[in-house]
Amino acid sequence: MPPSPPTTPLIRATGLVKTFGDFVAVDGIDVAVEPGESFGFLGPNGAGKSSTMRMIGCVSPPSAGTLTVLGMDPRTDGPRIRAQLGVVPQRDSLDEELTVEENIWVYGRYFGLPRHLVRERARDLLEFAQLTDRATSIVEPLSGGMKRRLTIARALVNTPRILLLDEPTTGLDPQARHVLWDRLFRLKREGVTLVLTTHYMDEAEQLCDRLVVMDRGTIVAEGSPRDLIARYSTREVLELRFDSDDHADHVADVAGIAERCEVLPDRLLLYVANGEDAHGEVHRRGLEPLSALVRRSTLEDVFLHLTGRTLVD
Amino acid sequence: MTATAERTTTATPTTGGWRAVTAHLLMQYRRIWLGSVISSFLTPLLYLAGMGFGLGMLVDRSAGGIDGVPYLAFIAPGVLAATALQVGAGESTFPVMAAMKWVPIYFGMLASPLRVRDVVRGHHAFVLLRVATSSVVFLAVAAALGTVRSWWGLLAAPMAMLGGMAFATCTYAYAARLDNDRGLTMLLRFVVTPMSLFAGTFFPIEQLPGWLQPVAWATPLWHAVDACRALMLGTATPGAVLGHVAYLGLWLVIGSVASERVLRRRLVT
Repeated sequence: MPPSPPTTPLIRATGLVKTFGDFVAVDGIDVAVEPGESFGFLGPNGAGKSSTMRMIGCVSPPSAGTLTVLGMDPRTDGPRIRAQLGVVPQRDSLDEELTVEENIWVYGRYFGLPRHLVRERARDLLEFAQLTDRATSIVEPLSGGMKRRLTIARALVNTPRILLLDEPTTGLDPQARHVLWDRLFRLKREGVTLVLTTHYMDEAEQLCDRLVVMDRGTIVAEGSPRDLIARYSTREVLELRFDSDDHADHVADVAGIAERCEVLPDRLLLYVANGEDAHGEVHRRGLEPLSALVRRSTLEDVFLHLTGRTLVD
Repeated sequence: MTATAERTTTATPTTGGWRAVTAHLLMQYRRIWLGSVISSFLTPLLYLAGMGFGLGMLVDRSAGGIDGVPYLAFIAPGVLAATALQVGAGESTFPVMAAMKWVPIYFGMLASPLRVRDVVRGHHAFVLLRVATSSVVFLAVAAALGTVRSWWGLLAAPMAMLGGMAFATCTYAYAARLDNDRGLTMLLRFVVTPMSLFAGTFFPIEQLPGWLQPVAWATPLWHAVDACRALMLGTATPGAVLGHVAYLGLWLVIGSVASERVLRRRLVT
């Protein structure tokens, strides 16, 4: 549970818009991120998450609306804001020709930190990122997970007040993702404000105190993961897979069993309070699905309910 | 007391400025300096030896040098200026594209307090360092070969640097606009190489066909070559040298302004 409403938000966007020519990437969003919270932008590719992050990171001027970060205006105070941000971009911007520690050294100098301080912090950060034994290795051959952890370590060299993470675990294998989540969770416990984008609902559930669901440049819902599930979904979901080309054919057969029924290309999703009871009813009606699975509702279901589409295609 | 208090309050949000960019590029350079020294320093020396001594013997024997100057002494200022130009062009073409695409360090820089202006200046400063070391070392070797006939010749090094930077800032702006490296290969093949050969480096531009002479005259390299040659041979007149400096200065200013504008349009979207 987040603490009682704190004073001033670290980030506040009102009617924020980003356009590229005729294309509207972000279409008037309102967001406020409080100190110490872990805030997420959840949505599919192309929802406008990265454009929003780049505006907050002061590398992309807003097209309309207002945005303040740390009480300052990115249009005029970009360098001063960026001095207090840590940025983990979607695509690693490490210098792969340098060693792990050299990457942190040169990055520390961007912030005007004295050499001895950077070297000292580099040691601590590499330990935090579990890269101490790789300190003198060239970056290029390292695994994707290691590069990601180095990018995070590097982003912390200026002890930022806000850490921006754009798709922090996209492209990583499950084990590397869990290691990364563990590190981010530690930062969160230490009170670092995290702002992240993701199209993985499990990531959002793991890391975010509060999140907004974005779709086509707008915010379609806002709340804690638990709130959102309670508000927009049922407690459980019964997934039925039939031996059929078009699952829409089976909607009539299950009518009345669920509060709501979604048709996916390969299965039916029945939104119910109790999955086992619903499964029993399916059985009683003499229906014979190839498989039936009962699971808890997730943010994926929230997104499906709000937009009629799935998060990851 | 007040001074320290002030420093601690303003020290928190800070920036490394353009020097941080130069420092980064120098750290990269440490990995490849040997190969780079060989190509940017040894190659012009080989030119000087091959053309100056080899070809020079024929020229001097049959024509008594060029305008009475031994061929080696004639081409040494030309190769100096051409080397500065090539080193400058080399460091402000592929490395710029690399920093945007292949090893995208510019994005990391712009996520920090560094501004586009810092990135451009820091990169230009690195190019200047490379051009300066090549020019100074080359001039020292040329002097040891007896091709510097006047104390004014010492100014040939900064003159070559100015020529190199005048062109390098423009190639930087050009490279920052490109989407792939085909345009860079074209630039080096169809602009840099012909210019190095024909802009008065190895023979006076009066030898060129009439229609080509104004082209040679317009190149930054010819101005650098002509000024370096006058300084090293001791035939410089203030008016001519200042004219060359002004012309190259114009390229430098245009290139610097364009570099920043192009890179901003490219990276701040």
